[in-house]
Amino acid sequence: MAMSRQGARYLLLGPAGLWYAALLVLPLAVVLVYSFGERAAAGGYAPAFTLAQYANLGSRWTAFQNTLVLAPAGTLAALLIAYPLAYYLAVRVDPKWRTVLLVLVIVPFWTSILIRSYAWIYLLGGRGIPQLLADLGLGDWRLINTPFAVLVGIIYGYLPLMVFPIYVSLEKLDKRLLEAASDLGAPPWRRFVQVTLPLSLPGVATGSMLVFILLMGEYLIPQMLGGGKVFFVGNALVDLFLQSRNWAFGSAMAVTLVATMLVVVTVYMRFLKRIGAARDDVGLM
Amino acid sequence: MRIYALSVYLFLYLPIGIIALFSFSAGRSASQMQGFSLQWYGKALSNPFVIDALKTSATVAFTSAVLASVFGTMAALALAGMKGRLRALFDAMVYVAIMIPGIVIGIATLIALVTVFDGVNPWLEPLTGYRLSMGFGSLTAAHVLFTMSLVIVIVRARIEALDRTLIEASGDLGAGPVATFWQVTLPLLSPAILAGFLLSFTFSFDDFIIAFFVAGSETTLPIYIFSSIRRGVTPEINAIGTMVMGASLLLLVVAQVMLRRAGGNNRT
Repeated sequence: MAMSRQGARYLLLGPAGLWYAALLVLPLAVVLVYSFGERAAAGGYAPAFTLAQYANLGSRWTAFQNTLVLAPAGTLAALLIAYPLAYYLAVRVDPKWRTVLLVLVIVPFWTSILIRSYAWIYLLGGRGIPQLLADLGLGDWRLINTPFAVLVGIIYGYLPLMVFPIYVSLEKLDKRLLEAASDLGAPPWRRFVQVTLPLSLPGVATGSMLVFILLMGEYLIPQMLGGGKVFFVGNALVDLFLQSRNWAFGSAMAVTLVATMLVVVTVYMRFLKRIGAARDDVGLM
Repeated sequence: MRIYALSVYLFLYLPIGIIALFSFSAGRSASQMQGFSLQWYGKALSNPFVIDALKTSATVAFTSAVLASVFGTMAALALAGMKGRLRALFDAMVYVAIMIPGIVIGIATLIALVTVFDGVNPWLEPLTGYRLSMGFGSLTAAHVLFTMSLVIVIVRARIEALDRTLIEASGDLGAGPVATFWQVTLPLLSPAILAGFLLSFTFSFDDFIIAFFVAGSETTLPIYIFSSIRRGVTPEINAIGTMVMGASLLLLVVAQVMLRRAGGNNRT
């Protein structure tokens, strides 16, 4: 019965370790290896060692371009909308309503993004907002299947994820600092710019990073609201793996996507460190 | 400021509300409200494809949430208070599993498993008459990867907040490590484990992108909804969507209460 502490530890870590080895490390290694291969005649993968797939990435440049424009744009728009709300929840609102209002922000994030995006097909489609605008005599608008529709879907889908970390960092803010600032004669706007804003930057950093990372791999929103006209890397990947079955090229694209993500995230973290925002509380959740 | 907050909440809930509203329409049109009826709920629940998809989704979500909770809790227990290379390795794995886009996980799992299966089947099939293929198993396994990592994060946070004196007291009073675990540690961790279970279930039940790649011949509810929307929007989909959102909402409220309890009784 007596088992060493170390032995018990390995036993407890066993299943998780097995899962990470078989379903994370192995698959990612396979993607990396396949990205240097070729497409088999019947689809799938043929062994080779070539950089041809990477050289060919330019043929899917539009997908990268759309992703690299709309993901940061969506992140920024979500940030601009989320910040005042987070500020309101952390500083202004009556504490007895705070929890309820916070939960109301988070709830949509945990309900199916598929159904939530689908709701916008109604709102942006011919009989929704465009009809309303036409009835008001504001002209003829086509909203669905445009980059605008994708942007709206992105903001809608990821707003909760942005509000939460900003709220957390604003809530931790020491109110005495604000009092000190106002005792020293700082007007409200200066208090905000010089005290509140810099102290909430860790939350801004966490939120925008989470949203940006998820957006880089987005498929559903551009698929449903962009109608095949606004293509993300995710859409190209679905096409390459499930339709044209070009595994080697698809793998090269996936590797490039993850590498791009890593580069952007690293540069962003460096930038934040320089302006002093990234501190140890830029955690996972 | 208050008006601003109100309009953001409107923005968050209006689209969901519209789906719910239209699901009660009596008419055939999916984009107009005509009278009130529950007929689309009846239609949805008597559609064998919907019921099959629902069963698949529920089974996968339940199985993966159970596995994720058990394996995740085990790992969190082992990792608590651990240092060194192994700890750093597991921390990195948890981080990568949560951060890598679902679509990349889906693709990677698909091509890795198909390659392994193609290698294994030629000698497995003559021996056992059984072929490995993508389906229930691969989908469940892929979901466990993400949700187990989620459980590790949640339960480990709870362990770190635990009052060590309780465990020491239990030992001082003569309880062995096994008794202490079942009678002290596990009850204290159970709200966090249950919250992790419910979040895992919700994630798996709602996941589309991973399932899209690794579900093989299985159709989950999100895959069914996605392919139906491609064929056109119907009030039936609104009814299904409303039911799915209602179910997720219920699970979430329970998970929130559990997490609150997990955070709240530190001092007891």
